[in-house]
Amino acid sequence: MKPGDTFGIRTRQQTKGLAVIELSEVAYSYGGGALFSSLSLALAPGSFHFLTGPSGSGKTTLMKLLYADLRPTSGEAWLFDQPVSAMGREEVTLARRRIGVVHQDVAFLDHLSLAENIGLPLTVSGRGAEAAQYVPDLLAWVGLSHRAEARPPELSGGERQRAALARAVIGAPDVVLADEPTGNVDWAMSQRLLTLLIELNRMGTAVLVATHDLNLIRQSKAQGVVARTLRLKEGQLMAAGAEL
Amino acid sequence: MSGLPPRLAALLSLLAGDPQADRAVPPTGFTATLTLLTAAAMTFLAVFALALSLATGRLADRWADELANTATLRISAPAEQMAAQTRTALEVLGQTPGIASARPLEDAEEAALLEPWFGPGLPLDALPIPRLIEITETGEGYDAAGLRARLQAEVPGAMLDDHTRWREPLVAAAGRVRLLGWTALLLIAGSMAAMITLAAQSALAANAQVIRVLRLIGARDTYIARAFVRRFTLRTLMGAAIGMVLGALALVLLPDAGDAGGFLTGLGPQGAEWLWLPLLPLLAAATAFAATRAAALRTLERQA
Ligand SMILES: Nc1ncnc2c1ncn2[C@@H]1O[C@H](COP(=O)(O)OP(=O)(O)OP(=O)(O)O)[C@@H](O)[C@H]1O
Ligand SMILES: [Mg+2]
Repeated sequence: MKPGDTFGIRTRQQTKGLAVIELSEVAYSYGGGALFSSLSLALAPGSFHFLTGPSGSGKTTLMKLLYADLRPTSGEAWLFDQPVSAMGREEVTLARRRIGVVHQDVAFLDHLSLAENIGLPLTVSGRGAEAAQYVPDLLAWVGLSHRAEARPPELSGGERQRAALARAVIGAPDVVLADEPTGNVDWAMSQRLLTLLIELNRMGTAVLVATHDLNLIRQSKAQGVVARTLRLKEGQLMAAGAEL
Repeated sequence: MSGLPPRLAALLSLLAGDPQADRAVPPTGFTATLTLLTAAAMTFLAVFALALSLATGRLADRWADELANTATLRISAPAEQMAAQTRTALEVLGQTPGIASARPLEDAEEAALLEPWFGPGLPLDALPIPRLIEITETGEGYDAAGLRARLQAEVPGAMLDDHTRWREPLVAAAGRVRLLGWTALLLIAGSMAAMITLAAQSALAANAQVIRVLRLIGARDTYIARAFVRRFTLRTLMGAAIGMVLGALALVLLPDAGDAGGFLTGLGPQGAEWLWLPLLPLLAAATAFAATRAAALRTLERQA
């Protein structure tokens, strides 16, 4: 096990400063019964995680807790060693600039072109000039150069997913959280997207990918990534084993 | 821009700023058009409220000027008493508080006054022409009723003519109308702020999803607010400029009835007063800026 690459084993004191994002004994409920009652997870810098689990087990919810879209009902989430409970909206916003997210229900701004959407994380943080530099390369990598001027509603589901990944990584974030990034794309393209994530990871980005696609996990091993696979079931995180 | 107050500097930099900044928010066609029309209509009205204030102000000033300094004491007496009565009258006037000076007109001056009616070469000594004393008031003025009573007792032939005094209530009325004009301007500004606030709020509500996406990718409240503020401020500025031009045209095109029209045709601003008009769109834009900014930041706070 890599140092700091833990889930629910160490206490917060032991991992402080080692994790870019961490959940510590987090409970969450949407109002009814508790989805999680005590969940811990630390994403170390440069770590690579896969997150699997049955549909409805709470993978998307877990990710939302990781980028502070949801706040724990108890326990604490830490973004870059700041407790989320003590962060105001402005601080959360600034922390999000260091987190690239591929949302499961990808949301774009429909009145902007695809190229503008992909550059948006840079634009809104006052780095619009860099967008012009990086967008064409990223578009080419995800195979969407010819769709640069299209509006998001005109794209297929798979095209939107590829665009979402491009938007998530354009700001060179410290962490990438990707929720089913390859759900709608063919095998060749999902390998391409995986390669993009692996390259970012080699440059030090922590990556967490929620996926049902076991082939994707095997492929990452084939490419030499030391990835940890977690399984979320009945509110508990476990190391996944035998089925891989 | 160093000499400007910070608020104004912020406004100007916003207007001059990155035109791409408000692209993050989709075009708000309907509310934008409403804002433009509202600003135009309100500024059109404001032009008249302003013109009314300026015109009544002018009128009140002129009348007040005429009121000051102008009263005449006329003494009609048999020739042999004239000198004595004039002397007594001057004494009384000299003792009356509120009178700065009193001066009997020279014969030549009186002749000049009468010339338009009787022609030149009037033999003043031969005619029973009344003696005129020009009274100059101090700023506070004098007690006209008291002076009249005293004159009646001591100078039987004296007749105090404070001929412009009847205008006093008119001056007060003009002052009141001017006040009404300024009040109307304030009310117009208030209504415009309210309408723009509503328009901005509806635009913000309609874009809740856009705001959510922007937040998720790291846009700060001020960035999101700026997109809305810039849009509404520019629309207001444009609408107000149109309203101002139309209002000014209406003033210029008021039919000229010459002196007969008096106050009515004197409604248009005069000379340098026209320079007030371009201030209206700027004030409207400043109002829109403040109103939209407050609405946006409040709504963003709530939508958190
Ligand atoms: N906004 C919400 N309000 C109430 N319940 C919710 C909400 N979002 C999710 N849930 C419930 O929480 C549970 C976990 O949902 P979540 O989306 O996290 O699952 P998931 O593991 O991502 O599923 P999938 O693999 O299908 O994407 C589900 O039972 C879901 O119905
Ligand atoms: Mg999900």
